[in-house]
Amino acid sequence: MRRGDRPRTTRSPAEGSLVGSMDAIILQILNGLDKGGAYALIALGLTLIFGTLGVVNFAHGALFMLGAFCAVAFSRLLTISERVRDESVTFFEAYKEIPYLTLWYGDTGQAIVDWAVPLSILLAIPVMLLIGFAMERGLIRFFYKRSHAEQILVTFGLAIVLQEIVKYFFGANPIPMTAPPALAGSADIGALFGMSNISYPMWRIVYFLFSLAVIALVFAFLQLTTFGMVVRAGMADRETVGLLGINIGRKFTIVFGIAAVVAGLAGVMYTPILAPNYHLGMDFLVLSFVVVVVGGMGSLGGAVIAGFLLGILQSLASMTEIKAIVPGIDQIIIYLVAVVVLLVRPRGLMGRRGVMEA
Amino acid sequence: MSQSVMTPDENLSKNMGRSPAEGHEPKGEGLRGFMSSSRSDYLLLAIFALAILTMPIWLAPIGAGYPDILQKFAIFGIFALGFNILFGFSGYLSFGHAAFLGTGSYAAVWMFKLLSMNAVIALVFAIVVAGVFALLIGYVSLRRSGIYFSILTLAFAQMSYNLAYSVLTPITNGETGLQVSGSDPRILDHMFGSPSGRGVPDFFGIELQGWPGFYFCAILLILAFFVTMRIRNSTFGLMLFAIKSNQNRMNYTGFATRPYLLAAFVISGMYAGLAGGLLAVTDPLAGADRMQWTASGEVVLMTILGGVGTLLGPVIGAAVMKYLEQIFSSFNEGVLHRTFDFLPHGLQEFMVTITSPFVGEGWQLTLGLLFMIVVIFLPGGIMEGVRRISHRFRRGRGETNAAPAHDGH
Repeated sequence: MRRGDRPRTTRSPAEGSLVGSMDAIILQILNGLDKGGAYALIALGLTLIFGTLGVVNFAHGALFMLGAFCAVAFSRLLTISERVRDESVTFFEAYKEIPYLTLWYGDTGQAIVDWAVPLSILLAIPVMLLIGFAMERGLIRFFYKRSHAEQILVTFGLAIVLQEIVKYFFGANPIPMTAPPALAGSADIGALFGMSNISYPMWRIVYFLFSLAVIALVFAFLQLTTFGMVVRAGMADRETVGLLGINIGRKFTIVFGIAAVVAGLAGVMYTPILAPNYHLGMDFLVLSFVVVVVGGMGSLGGAVIAGFLLGILQSLASMTEIKAIVPGIDQIIIYLVAVVVLLVRPRGLMGRRGVMEA
Repeated sequence: MSQSVMTPDENLSKNMGRSPAEGHEPKGEGLRGFMSSSRSDYLLLAIFALAILTMPIWLAPIGAGYPDILQKFAIFGIFALGFNILFGFSGYLSFGHAAFLGTGSYAAVWMFKLLSMNAVIALVFAIVVAGVFALLIGYVSLRRSGIYFSILTLAFAQMSYNLAYSVLTPITNGETGLQVSGSDPRILDHMFGSPSGRGVPDFFGIELQGWPGFYFCAILLILAFFVTMRIRNSTFGLMLFAIKSNQNRMNYTGFATRPYLLAAFVISGMYAGLAGGLLAVTDPLAGADRMQWTASGEVVLMTILGGVGTLLGPVIGAAVMKYLEQIFSSFNEGVLHRTFDFLPHGLQEFMVTITSPFVGEGWQLTLGLLFMIVVIFLPGGIMEGVRRISHRFRRGRGETNAAPAHDGH
């Protein structure tokens, strides 16, 4: 996490402590939204795959990581540079690197370079779709009939392979990425709520809105198109849909591709918040599985709600006031919630009756 | 702790008395196979013991004939054996077993610090602590099965890992890791004036480093193997296999399955504690990274690689994996060039370029690939492969009906 980015409250000493703590709480809720957005997007894909294909995909975190590295690769591609004499230094021969895009197209080129992260969505969508198709056709489809344990194991192996490949090409160190300058600053959120000053990094808001948009798109796709209808029918009863003469296997390949794209996009846009490294996926995977289980296996809405809920809970738990009462709670809150939910309500918050209820 | 092991046995005899027919219903060759083989089992044990104790001799040609790596074989063999009691016998996939390994290490190092450098005290304490910890986690986690169980164990292990790094720093010494120092109290050592001021764990005066360390681990591994064998042949082991093949039926016929599962969970936690304790014995240092979920994944890999549910499989899997880790991670360009020296120059360069991503830093890539290949083509692991080959030999061109070991639920 880039330290400089942390949101701050600016609060006058005259204000009461109640108002102050309200500010802090709102700030923490906001803070949880972007993380929650990432959880929700990954969990959404996981649930989609689990609900339709019946596969527990431990490589889904790796897809998130691949998305992030799509952004890295794309911005590297854009910033292929030429060494140019630096005219501003007159005492000695100085050189600086200027991207070809800037050289060729001037300001337009520079703007493209600046907006590399959002633009890499354009690259990430086809790439992730292809990766998703290849994964499903090449590996996952042979595991439909095998036990969950074996699915977990083979996708776990695949995740290791994917992250090692990325490590081979991009190295083991985190690669910092920057948000476009227009969105890099902080926004005064407080004004919206009629509260005192709460400044908050703009990109995190963008990420939250972006995740909402992607979620809305996925839901619209599933609810409003014929394709989505078939997929939903397949989630409910795969066999019957197959008996009706619909090639459900082909549809499921596309669903897998979509899930891969969703995870990839989540990764692309997350890069300015957290510098990606090769084991980024594993870190998010464990949490996303917890999110899926809390939301309810096979429930798309549950995955989204649980994602945001756990993101917010996590940042609320990292408030110093709360840590003072229960030390270390920020480290374990998500897992604790998962344990409690699983014990009290086995099928998760919004799980359908009878789906993986054991 | 011994209580929790005993209770199910009492339950078992009670239940068996109620409906003996159900328990002894022949369920095909698998059942008869492991009921009638006590003599061949002792033969197996003898061969196993011999093989383990002579490892320094017959593993020397492949470059593994030194105590450090052989110790690792033995320790992780114990870890995988214990994990197999849970996953292999009862089919419950725990993704948080490293928590017990880490707990065992911490417990052992604390004994080194507080009481004595004697390894026996430390190991007993490590086993007890890990057992109690497993009892707590197992009691909660076993309320669910299947993937929920995996997630619950994973959640508990991650909680322990995170806490060991943050709040529990007074106990775990955080990121630096817990280690022995000269200023530790070591009450018993001072009382009896033992000489071990060097901070090396000993077994009643024998310093457990180098070869003595290996033989100490090896004997414990053989003991652990013996216990596992007895568990597999007992009615308790049968019960676990029955739960694996159909837990619902077990429940419907009136068996309370959870006590058996809990016992299996605690036993396998104690194995992990022993392994963790041994890690601390061979190197008196305990860090939280032993508890991370990648470490839990590692023991799953070992067990799968060797063969889930088999006796020998996990030990072989652990040894193969630790061997690959050692060998592959120590390879570098120079070694590769020497390996491919027999090839013409251009081809040699080509082979080095091709293979270099898979060794050294990138050995985990090899691991991941190997793992996928095993799960895809050989779900029964190395043992399954051995069985298939021996089948071929025995029957000539007869069809191989060695069905992959599915763990169904």
